[in-house]
Amino acid sequence: MFAAALLAAWQLAVSLHPHQLMPGPWKTAQGIADLFPHGLIAKYIIASVFRVTWGFFLAVLLAIPLGLAIGWYQRAELAVNPILQILRPISPLAWIPIAILWFGVGDMAAIFLIFIGCFLPLLLAVIDAVRAVPAVYINAGRNFGLKPVALMRRVLYPAIVPRLMTGLRITLGIAWLVVVAAEMIAVNSGLGFLIVDARNAGNRYDLVVAGMVIIGVVGLLLDYGVRSLERTSSLRWGFEEKR
Amino acid sequence: MTSVLAGSSAAGAVPSAATPIKLRVENLGISFQRDGVLMPVLGDINLEVRDGEFVCLLGPSGCGKSTLLNAMAGFLQPTSGQVLVDGEAVRGPDPRRIFVFQERGVFPWLTVAGNIGFGLGKLSREERAKRVQHYVQMVGLEGFESSYPHELSGGMKQRVEVARALAVNPDVMFLDEPFGALDSITRMIMRGELLQIWQAERKTILFVTHDIDEAVQLADRVVVLSARPGRIQRIVNVDLPHPRDISSARYLELRDGILAEVGLAHRI
Ligand SMILES: Nc1ncnc2c1ncn2[C@@H]1O[C@H](COP(=O)(O)OP(=O)(O)O)[C@@H](O)[C@H]1O
Ligand SMILES: [Mg+2]
Repeated sequence: MFAAALLAAWQLAVSLHPHQLMPGPWKTAQGIADLFPHGLIAKYIIASVFRVTWGFFLAVLLAIPLGLAIGWYQRAELAVNPILQILRPISPLAWIPIAILWFGVGDMAAIFLIFIGCFLPLLLAVIDAVRAVPAVYINAGRNFGLKPVALMRRVLYPAIVPRLMTGLRITLGIAWLVVVAAEMIAVNSGLGFLIVDARNAGNRYDLVVAGMVIIGVVGLLLDYGVRSLERTSSLRWGFEEKR
Repeated sequence: MTSVLAGSSAAGAVPSAATPIKLRVENLGISFQRDGVLMPVLGDINLEVRDGEFVCLLGPSGCGKSTLLNAMAGFLQPTSGQVLVDGEAVRGPDPRRIFVFQERGVFPWLTVAGNIGFGLGKLSREERAKRVQHYVQMVGLEGFESSYPHELSGGMKQRVEVARALAVNPDVMFLDEPFGALDSITRMIMRGELLQIWQAERKTILFVTHDIDEAVQLADRVVVLSARPGRIQRIVNVDLPHPRDISSARYLELRDGILAEVGLAHRI
């Protein structure tokens, strides 16, 4: 109902300014319909998701063990924290020139940018989560004779899973934001490229907005995927433990 | 009143003097840094616990019971003095001495069976399963093996934690107000179960409580602590055979004696 009202308002606003290039919802829908038969759109979606997957998983793979170790050894945290705090406010997009310098225009540059965008927030989330692990769990683990590596694997890691899930969801959102921006500059395929390309190739704003809609829908699906993962893990844990 | 206690603490009836000393606390002192000032929490604690003995540490909240227990278990380095187990100085936590936290210590990400088998990583799969099953039965959790802790009541979670400790067959168990969060009926049942397990397995048990009745129902000896800094005010032998008649004259006498002792501690 609300969505219908919004669409109507959109259509109305566009029809009031007929000389603007901005398409209405109807033309956008046509744009989407235009895109699909090409097969190009499927290729672009796959290209974007592929980059996000790689950048995101590389970040996850590195950030979790590193975050566990840094969170566990508090002295390491003291050493690393100033660096993290300086790197954190730098937008991942600021790395675009460096990404192109190192990897040239192509998948690697985009993956690198997504990795940069995901790694830091994830690392900080893991460090925070480790610090919030109740001392009883750690003491119990130590009491049963676990050495640091085993303690991280059998106690620290499972103890942070609920918080980690939230962190993963936020980070995947960031990854999806970054991939579009990266594709507008650093590669020539993917949904971000579609948008720039549609504009450059004769101001096809119907395709620009169509691309935006597709980006929104895929982002929503990704979020839904992680959310259902989050739900199954919190179900197992019990909600009262989730804090 | 005090004469009753004086008589009881001299004899040392229940733990025979021939039993070897399991745990010895020597001139133990613990201070915490607070706002840059060193605050003494425990001062000059001396205590001997015999093998297989059930000792309750009793005192008002904040008097340092948990601190003392943590130092004995090796989680806390003493500021002065030392703790010896089997004549050896305690340097850290050890699977031969398991600390049972209030039910909060069960791992919420593991099932009941997973929790109980947590310390059995070195055993083969079949052996571990057998051990787990044995202790599941001992604490009466049959049918809940694959349940997660959030599906259990507080008393069941506490049973899981006790079973997890027993499964690694420790010599000593430290229990810090293990039944404090349970309702009074469950607490009574759990005390009975703990006594049965203690009698069957002959562990040395150090049990912290602020509940006088609990101490007199369970312990061979009750160590009464005073506050700020925590010191041993008195050690009371509970010369009652198990199962204890909690309406017997001797029980009430002992309880009232400790009550007076603690009341004195409050007035200081
Ligand atoms: N890690 C700590 N740092 C500073 N003070 C502490 C710490 N642990 C305990 N204390 C203080 O020591 C005293 C005794 O605490 P605790 O042993 O927990 O008492 P109890 O278990 O008898 O209630 C309390 O006053 C408490 O505030
Ligand atoms: Mg306490």
